[in-house]
Formats: sequence, structure tokens, C-alpha cells
Amino acid sequence: MLIAMRKTKKDDSSKYCLGIESSADDFGVGIVTFNGDILANKSDSYIPLEGGIHPREAARHHAEVADKVLKDALSKAGIKPSELSVIAFSQGPGLGPSLRTGATVSRALASYVEVPLVGVNHSVAHIEIGKLKTGAHDPITLYASGGNTMVTAFESGRYRVFGETLDIALGNCLDVFAREAGLKHKKGLPLGAAVELLAAKGGKLVSLPYVVKGMDLSLSGLLTAATAALKKGDCMLEDVCYSLQEHAFSMVTEVTERALAHTEKKEVLLTGGVAANKRLQSMLALIAEEHEAKFNVVPLEFATDNGAMIAWTGTLAYRHGLVTPIDKSYVKLRWRVDKVDVPWIQ
Amino acid sequence: MDTIDKIDSTKLFKKGAEASLFLADWYERKVIIKLRVPKKYRHETLDLQIRSYRTVHEPQLMHEAKKAGVATPLIYLVKVPESAIIMEYIEGQQLKQVLNKVPKQERHELCFKIGESIAKLHSYGLIHGDLTTSNMILNPNGKIFFIDFGLGEKNSELEAQGVDLHLLKRALQSTHYQFWEENLHSVLCGYTSVLGVQIAEKVYEKIREIEKRGRYVEERKQ
Repeated sequence: MLIAMRKTKKDDSSKYCLGIESSADDFGVGIVTFNGDILANKSDSYIPLEGGIHPREAARHHAEVADKVLKDALSKAGIKPSELSVIAFSQGPGLGPSLRTGATVSRALASYVEVPLVGVNHSVAHIEIGKLKTGAHDPITLYASGGNTMVTAFESGRYRVFGETLDIALGNCLDVFAREAGLKHKKGLPLGAAVELLAAKGGKLVSLPYVVKGMDLSLSGLLTAATAALKKGDCMLEDVCYSLQEHAFSMVTEVTERALAHTEKKEVLLTGGVAANKRLQSMLALIAEEHEAKFNVVPLEFATDNGAMIAWTGTLAYRHGLVTPIDKSYVKLRWRVDKVDVPWIQ
Repeated sequence: MDTIDKIDSTKLFKKGAEASLFLADWYERKVIIKLRVPKKYRHETLDLQIRSYRTVHEPQLMHEAKKAGVATPLIYLVKVPESAIIMEYIEGQQLKQVLNKVPKQERHELCFKIGESIAKLHSYGLIHGDLTTSNMILNPNGKIFFIDFGLGEKNSELEAQGVDLHLLKRALQSTHYQFWEENLHSVLCGYTSVLGVQIAEKVYEKIREIEKRGRYVEERKQ
């Protein structure tokens, strides 16, 4: 009913969706038009004083900055809340307290503006923003971030998982190693980027475990071995960073190539926070070339968690009749990508 | 390639992710030459290590599999420096192509046979390492051949057996998602029929444990 009432004669370029992302350490707000123009993409990151993300602290951060980030995004887009057609939010997977903060803000905003709410799967959003920004149509996607490492492709109504990590995520592997090496997360230089910079100065290959199991891979043993190699003290940090990257990236590339050969798709898409890494990009570009597929990488601004990807995916879902009633808008901490119907793809 | 003697009319049969397969005549036999080509994306040293390791191990494991009672192609020649294996060509179709097309009853029987073969490998201390329906060939006599042992290992641990079956489950989910649950059920029935309920149950428990370790799975507790 609500959808029918809201259907006006406005064209897609003057209909707006606001998306809120809060699944981990970033609180992001994006505003997009229904035809995919991104009018605003603002965010604020929680940076732990030490260690990894503390979920409750991250949620506290999100609650503190929500108001400001929302205002920034609306002012950047140059629209008033009353002009929004729909509110989308990251419903999972992710950290409970962080997700709940974003969901609360989204519910409040949707109720206030009196527009529908759409819960979006965070992993699907990473794929969709990658497709939007690169023009990829039906790719094999390697989605690698701090919380996820998976190879997916669309098949019969859903993104199917062809390969994934059996334990920790690629970004998590790099981050934990960086912390073990005493590196600090600074604004504008995430730990993964710090490892990449050091790796570029290394060049001696230290032997580490290489664990590919079918289309899946395991990174926890590699992390342990790399940390041990460093602590032993007879290897340079630069060389261990280099070797860690060489091993880990070769593993995900091998798995992606397997999926590419298996599905015979003609496009490869790299998305998620680790997509920023130049060495990983170059490896995937090589396998794409080998299989005569086009290589696409999501632009840096949309590689890390962001509100625009939620807004855009919310638009796709909303236009295909999907809305999330408030009483069904609880967060789903372990919402796998292959549990989500994506009716907007034929 | 030029060091591999007596090859006539070599032609590319299939280009996989890891290796290229050539169909050739070799001493009047129809053979497959499996060539693990260098991977440009990998560091040269790491690449050579991985290719040599897999080239040496694969024929060993295929041989062991036969002892365990699981059909695999005959190995004729192994050339480690070229990362090449010459093996028997098996007439037939990949199960990947067959499984979605056959009637329900036949599908269940095939899955049951797959389960039996995996159980035979496991009870003999062998792990296939890449159990997908692309790596099983059904010959015209209805016999299933297992191929592609490149990621396999000799290992009798429950952990490895659990991962092996978990991989097959994942393959069934992604490639044969329409019937993956009943297919898996038939595989597990075949598996249990060889190993007995007690041992099989331990492996299944392990699979559940492995799945809980993954990211964002329903089964995982906070």
C-alpha cells in the first residue's frame, strides 16, 4: 500500500535513497538517486586506541557521530530529509552493537520522514556498488575485507558462494599481523595499507604455509607462521610483510581463478577493503587476462565500507518491491550472501 | 613439452584453473597430458614449489586410491621439471554435467556411489582435497572415476576428512543447488554404508564444528 501511495510521476533522477552503513568500524551515510548517481558519501571511522575493533566502543562511536554524518551527507547532496523516497540500512552481517546503532538511526529517520525502510545485506552491497562503479555486469567477484573473504557469482536468483575462507578473513589476517608487528592504525592509513607499504620494500620470500582446500582457503595458519617468523627475529619486517602478501594473495587468486574456470564468466570484480591493495589487483588482473575476462576493481572510495553502497542496493531492492517493515528490521549478525534473493538481476 | 616423447596430434582438451589438459596419442594410447603451467601471478619460487609438489603427489595419491578401491586413471609418466603427468584418458562425462539431468532415482544412486568412494578413500587414510562434481567422471559402464588429486594428502585425521566432505557439500550447494540437500543425503548414506554409523557420525560432528568456525554462519554461536 505504502509503495503504491508513494509512486509519483517524478523521474528516477529526482528520487533519492539514503543508506546507512554501520556494520563494523565505519559509520557511513550515502545518498543516491534511483538511476545510480551518488550525491553524497560521508563517513566517520572509529579508530581503536589499541587492539582490534571493540564492538561496544564502535557502537558508542557510531551513536556519537550519526547526527553529524547524516547532516553532512544531506548538505552535500543538497536535499532535505522530506525529499527522500526510501531509507536503506545495513542489516547484516557484522558486529551486533554496531549494526544495531545504524538500524536504530534508520528506523527513527524512516518513521520521521514517513518513508519505507529497506534492510540491505552488507555483502550484496559491496558487490552491487562494484558493479555500479565499474560497469561490470555478471562478474566473478572476490570480496575481501576485514570481515569477509569470498568468491561469489550470480546464479539463479542469488549470489552463490563458490569459495571462501574457512577461518579468518584476508583483511583480518593482515590487520592482526600488523598489530603483532607493532604497527598502529592511523587516520588515512589503515593497517592493511601499512603492510602494503612495507611489503613494497621487501623482496625476500620467506617460506610460509599455502593452504588451498578445493575452492576454499585457510589463512589462520599463515598468520600464525608469519607472526612466528617475525618474532624469531631473523627476518626483516619488510620481507615478512612481502611474503605474507605473496602467500595470502596467491591463495585467494588461485581460488578466484578456479571459480572463473568453473563458471566460465567473462568478468572479474575485486571489491571490499582489501581491493585497495595494488599487489592483489595486479594478481587478479593477470588471471582475468589468462581467461580472457575483463578485470574490474571498485574505486577506493567505495572499496571500504560506505553508505553509498547501502543506498544503491536499497534502491535496487525497493524498486523490485522489497521493503522491510519496522517489526522485521532486526539485525542479522550472520546473514550470508547466499541467503539473499536478488530479484533485480535477471 | 618437446621433452615428452612420442606424442602425436596433441590438442588442448580443457584449460582448467590450475592445469591445461591435452588430449594426445602416446604409443597408440589415448592419453591426457596434464600440464601445470607456471602462474604469472605467483612469485616464481613459490610457484615452482607448488607445481612440483602437486605434480609429485598427485600420481602417488591416484595410485593409493586404486588400492583403496576407488577408480582413477592409470598413470603412464611423470615429468617433474615440466610439471607434466601423462595419464589414461577416461571415456565418459563429468558428474557435474550428468547430475542435474538424470532422473531422481539415478541421481540418488550416483550420489550414494560417490559417498561410498569417499568413504573408501578416507578409511584408507586418503584425502582428495578438491571434491567437486567436476572431478568425478562417469564412464559408459556406470563406473565413477575420481580425478584431480593435486590438492590431496595422506591424512587419517578426522579434521581433514571433515573438511573434505564439507567441500563436497559446498560444491553441491553452489553447482547443484536445486537438489543439494537430497544429493548430500544420498552421499552421506553411501559414506555411512562403508564406514558404519559410529565412525561416520564422528565425521559429521566434525563437519558441523568446521562450519561453525567459518564467518557468518547460522550455526555459529556468539
